Parts: sequence; C-alpha cells; structure tokens
Amino acid sequence: MFELAIHASDVTVFGSQTLVTATPLALAAFGGVMCERSGVTNIALEGIMLTGAFVGYAVAFASHNLWLGVAAAIMAGVLIASIHAILSISFLVDQIVSGTVINILAVGITGVFYRTFLETQQVQGPGTLPVWSIPVLSQIPIAGPILFQNAFVTYAMLVLIGVVHFTVFHTTWGLRTRACGEHPRAAETAGINVHFVRYLNVLASGALAGLGGAYFSLQQIGEFLPGMTGGRGFIGLAAMIFGRWTPGGAFLASLLFTASDQVASRATAAGIHIPPQFLGMLPYLLTIVVVAGAVGRSIAPAAVGKPYRKA
Amino acid sequence: MRRWWSIFPGWVINLVIVPAASVVLGFGVAAIAIVATGADPSQAYLALFQGAFTNTNAFAETLVSSIPYVFLGLGVALGFRAGLFNIGAEGQFYIGSLSGVFVAYSLHLPALLLIPLSILAAMAGGFLYAGFAGFLKARFGAHEVITTIMLNYVSFLLANYLVTTPGLMLDPHTRTPRTPYIDPNAALPIIIPQSRLHAGFLLALVAIPLVWLLINRTTVGFRLRAVGYNPGAARAAGISVATTTVLAMGISGALAATAGIVQTLGIQHVMTPAVASGYGFDAIAVALLARSNPWAILPAAMLFGALHNGASFMQLQTQVSSDLISIVQASVIVFIAAPAIIRWLLRLREGQVAKVAITEREAISSV
Repeated sequence: MFELAIHASDVTVFGSQTLVTATPLALAAFGGVMCERSGVTNIALEGIMLTGAFVGYAVAFASHNLWLGVAAAIMAGVLIASIHAILSISFLVDQIVSGTVINILAVGITGVFYRTFLETQQVQGPGTLPVWSIPVLSQIPIAGPILFQNAFVTYAMLVLIGVVHFTVFHTTWGLRTRACGEHPRAAETAGINVHFVRYLNVLASGALAGLGGAYFSLQQIGEFLPGMTGGRGFIGLAAMIFGRWTPGGAFLASLLFTASDQVASRATAAGIHIPPQFLGMLPYLLTIVVVAGAVGRSIAPAAVGKPYRKA
Repeated sequence: MRRWWSIFPGWVINLVIVPAASVVLGFGVAAIAIVATGADPSQAYLALFQGAFTNTNAFAETLVSSIPYVFLGLGVALGFRAGLFNIGAEGQFYIGSLSGVFVAYSLHLPALLLIPLSILAAMAGGFLYAGFAGFLKARFGAHEVITTIMLNYVSFLLANYLVTTPGLMLDPHTRTPRTPYIDPNAALPIIIPQSRLHAGFLLALVAIPLVWLLINRTTVGFRLRAVGYNPGAARAAGISVATTTVLAMGISGALAATAGIVQTLGIQHVMTPAVASGYGFDAIAVALLARSNPWAILPAAMLFGALHNGASFMQLQTQVSSDLISIVQASVIVFIAAPAIIRWLLRLREGQVAKVAITEREAISSV
C-alpha cells in the first residue's frame, strides 16, 4: 500500500500546468472551430502555429518587444492561413492538399530563416511574457493561482472561449458561418457571399493558431526551436473534434489531453507504472472513438472539406 | 495566345509538361527565399545538384533516398485512385518497420526465406493498421484523414513503447533504446559496391509495374477505381464499397509499410524510437506530382530523393538550410494541385490540364 496524500498545493500545480499547457491546443482548436464551421477543413493548424512561433520570436528578438512579437505571431498566422484560403476557396484545391502545403511550407520557411538569422545569434533573447497576478482573485484558494496567475496568451485563450462561442453561436456572422459550413448552396441563395465568409473565417483561424504559436516561443521558453510545436497542432485538431466543433468543448478536451500528460509524468515519478506512451495515446484514441461514433458521435459540419463553386 | 506546347496530347501535358513546369516554378519560389536570406540561389542550387548527382556515390545515395518515396508514393497514389486520402503513410511506415524487424531479428533462416518473410510481416502489419482506418470509414463513416492522422501518433508512441520496454522489443544487451540487430541474413544485399545502394531499389522497380497491374488489370483494381470515381455508381453496379474501401486502405498501408521495412533491412538494420520524419506529407507530395500514376512515381520519387540527398551538401557548402527543399516541395504541390495557375502561365485551354484525381472526386461530390 502506498499513501496518497494530496495537498492543496499539489492540486494547484497540477491544475495550473494542465491549464497552461492546454493553451496552444485550445487556441489551435478554436481556430479549427472557426474554419471548419464555415466549411473549410484545417489540418494546417500545426504549420500555422509553427509559423506564428517563429515570426513572433523573430520580431520580438529584433525589436526587443515581446508585445510586437505577439502581434507579429498573429499577423504571420493570418498571412500563412491566407495561402490556405486562396488555394482552397478561390482555386478549389482539395482542402487537405492545401493544408498539407501549409504544413510543409511552414517547416521550410521557419527552418531556412531560423538558420540564417537566429541560429548563430549570441545575443540575449527577448525573454518570456510576464506572469500577471490579478489582485484579490488570485488569492482564492486553489482556483485563484490556477486561473488568475498566468501570462498573456493563457488569459487571452480563456477570454477567447467566450468570444469565439459568442461569435459562432450568437451573432449574425456566426449564423452565416454555420450556414456556409452546413449548406453553402442554401446560404448563397439566401444572399450570403460564401467565399467571403469562408475567407474571413480561415483568416481568423490563422490569427488564433498564430497566437497559439506565440505561446511556444514567447510564453513557454522565450526561444524558437525548429519544429517546436511538435504535433500539438494536430492534438488541437483532435481537441476540436472531441469537443464537437464548439469552443467550450474544445477547451475541455484540451484540458483532458494535457491533464493526461500531467498524470503520465507524475505517475512515473511516484513509481506507479503506467507506460507514459499509453497515456500519450489517449487524445488520439479518444478522437478516433468519437469520430467513429462509438461513444457519443461527433459529427462534422455537413459541407466541411468540399470546395464550393459559386452558382 | 496559345503556345506551341499546347499541340501535345493530353497525357504528355499532364504527366510531363505540367509536372516539369511545376518543379521549375517550385525552384523559382524557393529561390526567392534564398535571396531573402542573402544567399545566392545559383550557388545553392549548384551545390544541391552536386550533392545529388556529381559522383557515383552521390548518385547512389540519391537512389537510396528515393527508395522509400517509391513505396510511400505508390501507397498514397493507390489510395487516391480509390478516392481515399491516406495521410497516415508515416505511421504505417513505422508499423511496417516494427512488425518486419521483429521477424528479422527473431528468426534465423536463409536470406531467401528471411527477407521475404520480414517484408510480408511488415506488409501484413501495414495492411491491418491502415485497413483499420478503412474499416472505420466503411463501417462508421469516420473520415480517413482524421483517423490516419491520429493513428500516426499512436504508431510513434507504440513504437517507442515497444522499443524501449525490457521484455518486449528492447535489446537486452544494450542500454541504448533500440531493438536487437536483424539477423545478417535479413539484410538486403548491396548492389553497387562501396555504396549504400541496396536491393530495396530493385524491389521498388518491381513494385511499380505490380501496382500498375493491380490497379489497371485486376478486378480489385477495377473496383477500386470505380469506387474512387463514383461510389454511388459503383454500389449500383454491385460493387461492395465497404470491402473495397478496407482493401484499398489496407493495400495502401501495406505499401507504406514496405517502405519502412525496406529502409530497416537495407540501411539501419535495427529499429530505434520513432521520430516524426515528415515522410507522410512527402508521400502525398510524391503521389500528387506523379498524378497518382504508378509509372510516374519513379521520377517523382527520384526527384524527392535527389532533393533530400543534395540538401545536406547544399547546407554544408552554402549555409542555406536543408529545410529549403520543403519550400520547393510545398510550391510544387501548389502548382500541381491548382492547375488554374499553370494553365494560365502556359496559356493552355481549360480541359487540357486535368485536375488531380482526389480533387476531381471532391468537385463531383459537392455539386
């Protein structure tokens, strides 16, 4: 028998790390929600985040200003997502193919420019985004330090849960977006410009995933490393599906996925032998289970993945 | 104004002129990136070419690098023909290496038995792994793009678990995380002395006509194409779309798995924990460049092999990162997949440039 003594401070550390590491997953997933709700599949989230991480860091490095870096990461996300938009919406390229293009291109661009401009730099980097403790609220036991002692990207993610939810489900824009994702022909008949709606949503997803990229280079470690997103864009995609294409669901799914990482690292440390690889598989297996509909089927927007030809 | 090249028959335009133009334009786009880093594109490309071709060993290495692309490209292309997007070639590659290497280090048989057995084990592993994604699509309608992406990561983690766990596939005589070395009889023989070029290249050359035969001259191939072209009509004609989907995914996975085991038996002779290599996306690029035509896979795979092989020399010589070739690849896919751009540049008529198979299917189903 081993004793399981759980202290409030353990819970706080566990919760805080779960929330912080869920930040980029959730942001990528929100991007996926915007994009796919309008009918455009987005497997490019990984490449968009990598680009955001690189450009954000490069700009912060050059300007010595982390905030310019964050803004640049968002802009870079929008810019590279615009390639996805142009190819898949205007040129009717298969959306998986154009997503593949972005993922390959991101590796190329970030790798080439990193090697030329950043790899050999000996100068001090720009550091990381500061942690802000919100007065009073951060004093709440357990929940306070978890929710109200974070850096910018995590706060932004928490706010964006509500913003994205409200936009998608309670605004005219959101209604139009969902119409384009479910039945673009009907949407066009009702006078909606399907291509315009899809363009803006793809660009919005670029902004969200680009901000997610800033988490890696500007909040987590204050440095850019090639390939540093390490497949987290795809876990974000999984979180979006597991969360049934809703921001709240995607956020909870991201938490579930990162909590399993935390359990994995703690179990090993505590001498409990659960192979960490199996806990690592959890996000992927759960996603397969929900897309296959074995437990509570997750159904994609009806027209997602189909290029739309104007009537 | 139409140009002289528009007199060529459709297949020459689609299989030669458009891909060649795409590759040239791809190099052009990447040259912009080189200029942006302050380097000289002509120097970089010269080094890339030298690294890929200029002596026997460099050329042999280019062929070595192209071997996995042949199998991976064939796998993805076969999926495309059935209307399936196998984005999990990378995962199937590792499953193939795992199941094949297990046979290759546990059994001790003559080479003529051991090599085929190892490859068959790999193909069986790849068939089941990708066939599972096909089954999920056929039975539950789970989109193969999502399931194969997820299965990629499952396979990396599974490989890492098996290779690092004592009592499973970890070599008990070492502290480094790897499997035991394969039986010497399982190693693919070297076909050019003093190089690493192994018999896997011959297998790749044999696989191309076999896959062509399978797709174009067998009942399975006919069903596969019928389902890819129009599942509704195929079903009406009495073809089981579900069975065909599982089979097509399975065969596609078996080919990707062959890439894995051939690489293991030919080069590494051992398996270490998996690292994401980008093979899955490269395989898609190869299949798109070859327009899912098995014969065209060979030049496409050799181009990618040459790029990969030449890239390291280029990085050494000119300080331009070897990641540059990803920019070339991404641009090539853009030009192949968006025929409107090429059509406009080459002043071809609409209809002279076919859309990529997979895109055509999507366009049909959305109308």
